[in-house]
Amino acid sequence: MKLHELTIEQACGLLNNKEISSVELTRAVLARIEAVDGKIDAYLTVDADGALVQAQAADHRLSTGEATPLTGIPLGIKDLMCTRGLRTTCASKILEDFVPPYDATVITRLKNAGAVIVGKLNMDEFAMGSTTEHSAFQVTRNPWHLDRIPGGSSGGSAAAVAADMCLGALGSDTGGSIRQPASHCGVVGIKPTYGRVSRFGLVAFASSLDQIGPLGKTVADTAIMLEAIAGHDPNDSTSVPEPVPNFSAISGDGLADVVVGIPKTYSSARGLDPQVGAAVERAVKTIESLGARCIDISLPHSDHAVAAYYVIAPCEASSNLARYDGVKYGFRDKAPTDLLQMYRRTRSQGFGSEVQRRIILGTYALSAGYYDAYYGKASQIRTLIKNDFQNAFASCDVIVSPVAPTPAYPIGETIDDPLTMYLSDIFTLSANLAGIPGISVPCGFSDDGLPIGLQIMGRHFNEAMLFKVARQFERAIAIKHKKPPL
Amino acid sequence: MKITKEEVLHVAHLARLDIDDADIDRFSGQIGTILDYVDTLRQVDTTGIAATSHAVNLTNAFREDRVQDHLGQEASLANAPEKDDGTFVVPKVL
Repeated sequence: MKLHELTIEQACGLLNNKEISSVELTRAVLARIEAVDGKIDAYLTVDADGALVQAQAADHRLSTGEATPLTGIPLGIKDLMCTRGLRTTCASKILEDFVPPYDATVITRLKNAGAVIVGKLNMDEFAMGSTTEHSAFQVTRNPWHLDRIPGGSSGGSAAAVAADMCLGALGSDTGGSIRQPASHCGVVGIKPTYGRVSRFGLVAFASSLDQIGPLGKTVADTAIMLEAIAGHDPNDSTSVPEPVPNFSAISGDGLADVVVGIPKTYSSARGLDPQVGAAVERAVKTIESLGARCIDISLPHSDHAVAAYYVIAPCEASSNLARYDGVKYGFRDKAPTDLLQMYRRTRSQGFGSEVQRRIILGTYALSAGYYDAYYGKASQIRTLIKNDFQNAFASCDVIVSPVAPTPAYPIGETIDDPLTMYLSDIFTLSANLAGIPGISVPCGFSDDGLPIGLQIMGRHFNEAMLFKVARQFERAIAIKHKKPPL
Repeated sequence: MKITKEEVLHVAHLARLDIDDADIDRFSGQIGTILDYVDTLRQVDTTGIAATSHAVNLTNAFREDRVQDHLGQEASLANAPEKDDGTFVVPKVL
């Protein structure tokens, strides 16, 4: 038995039966990182010593019988959630040496659950990107094909889970940044409802869209992790005081009572690869065979989601990133003559080009004379997109679609073509604009052996329905044990 | 050109960014392409549609006004690029 290949569910069983210890499991994961991360470059920081200390504590807790399903489980964290005493860079030069003095709420919750935090995972700088090429430090590679992108911005999280370099990971999703890399790397990733998980201690990109969520090897594993991190937090005034269901207990037999909506427009969407279209069609048939009723639905404004998103997200980003000024923390230019020069030099040297591009775009769209035409208009269209979903969910329980229009593409393909990269988010970012939850679950492979994901979206705070459909779909197609050739 | 080099320079100044000539050209081209695409939003009639700034609207998220543990001065200053006697140090302002 290779311990690093275990799912969280399996490892939890073995830990509780004392068949393995958390120290053994953590050592196996650290050895796996040592063996394969040279090829993939998923980790920015590996905290081997810290992880083993946490594992020892977890073993003690397991011996006293006060364990949770995450006690002793080695997890990786996208490097934009603050971890006290452990460097948190956001994959940016401007935060290269930043050591947070506090834990994000999700980290506090994982620590309270007894999880073992192995290290911090690569991403597009400040989560701006869909490829993980826009990291200031390294390009992460897709474990299924080392010349391909792992997706992004949580590309390090998805690649690490796919390559068994952690049992599960946390990512964040502002326009698809959990679901799209999960799809490209053949793992499961869920973006919860906006407000379901506290953003306290999450480095902000676009605050009305950002949401933390788990990536795992199976649907059940993501349910276990979401259950641990979800719930109201007084430190995040946008977190919602909604009760957190027992997600990991959700299973049920068949989908006879479930109505699945299929958006009429997706199959004609710009740039949809026929292999992705075919995989999603097969997935829909599988879901039907489980008893679900499929109906056509219409989301008339979805064509405008990318344009609305690429106004709203850069506007919020330009405001959020104003805090990086070289005064209180982070990089500072060495020899400025005055304060203004310090701001300008610090920011232009500290931020990479995709981040600067979005700051300029957002600042432009918010500047005098343009606000109504851009931010105002996009915010109205956001209402229309939200209403579309509300109308659709009057007649169905979930909506299925592709996650990404193509399988993972070659590294470098969109590096100087931001619009093409933005358009690859076409199926995912509506969920962020509307605040609804969405899960990506593997549904097949391309002819080149690249994973393809299926997206299932649901009503606000109905992640339970997503887990139910995804779990039964996963069981029906049984591809979860296929591993990347490393 | 959708956005001129002068506009890029003006916006870069507002955003406190120092960008060089090569980047000004590159950004004005790329941002121009993005803005052309964003302009498709004008085709949508939004008369009378309210704006959404948050998908899940919460108002008045109050909590009790109670003294709690907070970061002390030392922890707050721990990441400062330059500090002195419990304060952040910055270059001259004027």
